[in-house]
Amino acid sequence: MYRKISAAVATAIAVATSGSALATPRPWQLGMQEPVTSVAQGIYDLHNVLLVICVLIASFVLGLLLYIMVRFKASANPVPSKTTHNTFLEIVWTAVPILILVLIAIPSFKLLAHQAYAPKIDLTIKATGYQWYWGYEYPDDGISFDATMVQAEDLKDKSLRLMDTDNHLVIPAGKNIRLITTAADVIHAWAVFPFGVNINATPGRINEVWFRVDKTGTYYGHCNKICGANHAFMPIAVDVLSEKDYAAWLVEAKKKFAKVEETQAVKLAALAPAAR
Amino acid sequence: MANNPAHTADHGHDHGHEPYGWRRWAYSTNHKDIGTMYLIFAVVAGLIGFYMSFMMRMELMYPGEQVFKNPHEFNVFVTAHGVIMIFFMVMPALIGGFGNWFVPLMIGAPDMAFPRMNNISFWLLVPAFLLLVGSAFVEGPPGGIGFGGGWTFYPPLSDVIGHPGPAMDMVIFALHLAGASSLLGAVNFITTIFNMRAPGMTMHKMPLFVWSILVTVFLLLLSLPVLAGCITMLLTDRNFGTVFYKVTGGGDPILFQHLFWFFGHPEVYILILPAFGIVSQVVSTFSNKPVFGYLGMAYAMVAIGGVGFVVWAHHMYTIGMNFEGRAYFMAATMVIAVPTGIKIFSWIATMWGGSIQYRVPMLWAIGFIFVFTVGGVTGVVLANVGVNVALHDTYYVVAHFHYTMSLGAVFGMFCGFYYWIGKMSGRPYPEGLAKLHFWLTFFGINLVFFPQHFLGLAGMPRRYQDYPDAFSGWNFVSSLGIIVTAVGVLVFLLILYKIFSSKEQAAVNPWGAGATTLEWTLPSPPNFHSYEQLPRIK
Repeated sequence: MYRKISAAVATAIAVATSGSALATPRPWQLGMQEPVTSVAQGIYDLHNVLLVICVLIASFVLGLLLYIMVRFKASANPVPSKTTHNTFLEIVWTAVPILILVLIAIPSFKLLAHQAYAPKIDLTIKATGYQWYWGYEYPDDGISFDATMVQAEDLKDKSLRLMDTDNHLVIPAGKNIRLITTAADVIHAWAVFPFGVNINATPGRINEVWFRVDKTGTYYGHCNKICGANHAFMPIAVDVLSEKDYAAWLVEAKKKFAKVEETQAVKLAALAPAAR
Repeated sequence: MANNPAHTADHGHDHGHEPYGWRRWAYSTNHKDIGTMYLIFAVVAGLIGFYMSFMMRMELMYPGEQVFKNPHEFNVFVTAHGVIMIFFMVMPALIGGFGNWFVPLMIGAPDMAFPRMNNISFWLLVPAFLLLVGSAFVEGPPGGIGFGGGWTFYPPLSDVIGHPGPAMDMVIFALHLAGASSLLGAVNFITTIFNMRAPGMTMHKMPLFVWSILVTVFLLLLSLPVLAGCITMLLTDRNFGTVFYKVTGGGDPILFQHLFWFFGHPEVYILILPAFGIVSQVVSTFSNKPVFGYLGMAYAMVAIGGVGFVVWAHHMYTIGMNFEGRAYFMAATMVIAVPTGIKIFSWIATMWGGSIQYRVPMLWAIGFIFVFTVGGVTGVVLANVGVNVALHDTYYVVAHFHYTMSLGAVFGMFCGFYYWIGKMSGRPYPEGLAKLHFWLTFFGINLVFFPQHFLGLAGMPRRYQDYPDAFSGWNFVSSLGIIVTAVGVLVFLLILYKIFSSKEQAAVNPWGAGATTLEWTLPSPPNFHSYEQLPRIK
C-alpha cells in the first residue's frame, strides 16, 4: 500500500514534468532527484506518501473554507447561529490528527533506524570541509586529495556550472561506504541528495553516515551549511565506478595522490633541522 | 510626607495636562502612544527588510552574478533580512504595537502596569536597530563589511575565525538591546494581564488576543535570557579569550546551536501566536459569532507554547545527533500539529453557521487560515528526520517558514492593521484600495514562495548567491512574485497616505454586532486616558 502510493505519486510527477526523475536537478523539476541508495529511496517513498497526506489536508481545509465562504456569507445566512461548543467535534479534530501522526510515525521511525544504523562497512572515507573546498582521504589506502570547483570558463559541459570539481570523490558500486566528516575552519555540510546524505562537517567533531550506490555514474552535491562568502562555490562530485574500474582508479590514485603527500612529508623533514 | 506642602502642591498639578510636541513621544508613558511608535518603527524596519528581500530575489532571478558585487554582500543581506524581519518588524508590530494598544483596552485597564518601563522598552529598540544597520558598514570578515553568517550566527563562522571585524560584535549588542527591550515588555505585559483586568474580567473571559499575548510574553521571558547568555558567551569567545564554542580550548560549537535553538524555536511561536490572537478576534467579529471552543483555543496556545520549548533540536537533525535524540525530537515535534490543528478547525467552526461579512480584515484572516495550513503541513513533512535530511537547509525549509511567517505572521499583522486602524487613527481605511492590497499581496507572495518548494525538493541549498542553471526556472517565477508583492507594498503606502490625509471620522464600532471586545465601546481614537471609569464586565 505504502509503496504503491509512493509509486503512483512518482508516476504523476513524471507525467506532469514529462520525464522521470534524474539523479541531477533538471529545469522545472517538481519532485526530488532520483534516489540511488536505499536510504534515499526510503526518503523518496516517505516524502511521496507525506505529499499525498499534505495535499489531502490542505485541500480539505481549502474546500471547507470555500464552502463556508459561499454558504454562510451574510446575504445567504443573515441570522448567525449561536453555537460555540460541540464536544464530539472537538474530540474528533483532536483525535484524528493524532491518528494520522501515528500512521506517519511508523514508516518514519523505520526510515530513521535504517539511516542511523549502518550495515557492515566495506570502505571508509573521510571528508574535510575547508573554506571553500572539500578534502578527501582514504585512510586505508593512504591517499588524500582536494576537490575544488571548476570555474565555468574551464568546463567542457556548461550545464555542470557550479556542480563539477577538479578531482571527484571516487567510490566503488555495490559497497557499503562509511563517510566521516569534519571541518578545518567553520561548519560545512556534505550533502548529496541522490544518496539521501546531508551531514554537517563540524570542526573538532567527527560525524558519520553510510550509503551504498549500486548504479555507476557521476552524482553531484553541495555544501549545505552557510560557511562564508563562497558557500555556493564548493560543490561535490562523486564518481561511482564498477569494482574493476575502481580497482584500476585506486592504483592510479595511489601514484598520483600519495606522491604529493610524500613530497610534502619529505619537504617538512628537510625543513625541520633548518628551523632549529 | 503628608506635612510636606511642596509635595501636596505638586500633586494634582499634572491632571488634565496632556504632553504635547516631541515630549509627548520621547517621554511617553501612554500605552497608545508607545504602541503607535512601535507600529511606525515596524513599518520603517519592515520596508528596509523588504527592500533587502527584493534585492535578494533580483540577484536570484537569473543564474550568475546580478546585483551584488560579491557573495559576501549577498550573505549580509540574507542575515540582515532575517534579523530585521524577526526582531524589528514582526515583534515590534504584533507585541509592541498591537499588544500595547489593545491589551489594556481589551481587559479594561487604564494603561500598562509599568508605563515608564514601557517607554524604555520602545527606546531600547531604536539603538538596537541602529547597531544592527550600522554593523553592515564596518568590517566583518577580512576584507569585507557586515556580518554574513545567517540569522542563526553559528560559530565558528561568527567567531573570529570567520568574522574577525567588529560587525559581529555590533550584531551581538543589537540583540542584547532588542532582547532587553522585549524582556522588559514581557514583564510589563504579564503584570498588566495578571493584575489590571477590569472588575469581572476573569482569565477565562479575556479576549483571545490577550491570551495570545500572555502566552507570547511568557515564551519571551523564558527563552530570551538563554539567547542573551548564548550570544554573551560568543562575545567573550570573540574578545576575551574564553573557549565556550572553541574546539581548540575544549569548547563545542554545537553547544551554541543547542542554546540558540532553545531560544530560536519558542521565538517562532512568539512571532505567530499574536497573529493567532488577531485572527481569532477578526474571524469572530466578521462571522458575527462568538469564537468556537474558546477554552480549547486558549489552551491550545498554552500547549503550543509549552511544547515549543522541548522541540528545539529539530533544527539540528544534521549535526550528527544520536538515534535516540533524533527519534525524541521528531516525536515531540509532530505533537505540535495537534494543538495547531485544533486552532485551524476552531476558526473554521467559528465561521460555520455565521453571517460572514467580507470586509478587508476578514480577507486577511481567511487568507491566513489557508496559508498557515500550507505552512503547517510542510512543517509535518520536515518534522520527519528521514525526510528532513533531504530537505534540511534547502529552499523547502525557506518556503515552509515563509509560509508560516512571511505569509502567516504578516497576514496576521495586516489583518490587525485593517481591523484596528480606524480605532487607532480615528480615520477609516479606503476599502477598495485595501482589497487591492490584499489580492496583490496574496497572489504575489504565494508566487514567491510556492515554487520554492520545488526548488527545495530538487535540492537547491539556501543562502546561495548563485545556483546551477537547472534551478533557474522556478527562481525566475519566484522573483516575478516579489515584483507583484512590491506593487502591493506601494499600494499599502498609498493607503497609509490616504488614511492620514483623510478628514473622515471613523465610527466607534464600524463592524456591527460581531465586535464585542471593549475597544469598540471607546471613541475612535480613544481619549488620551482611555477609561475615566473602569468598565464592569458581567
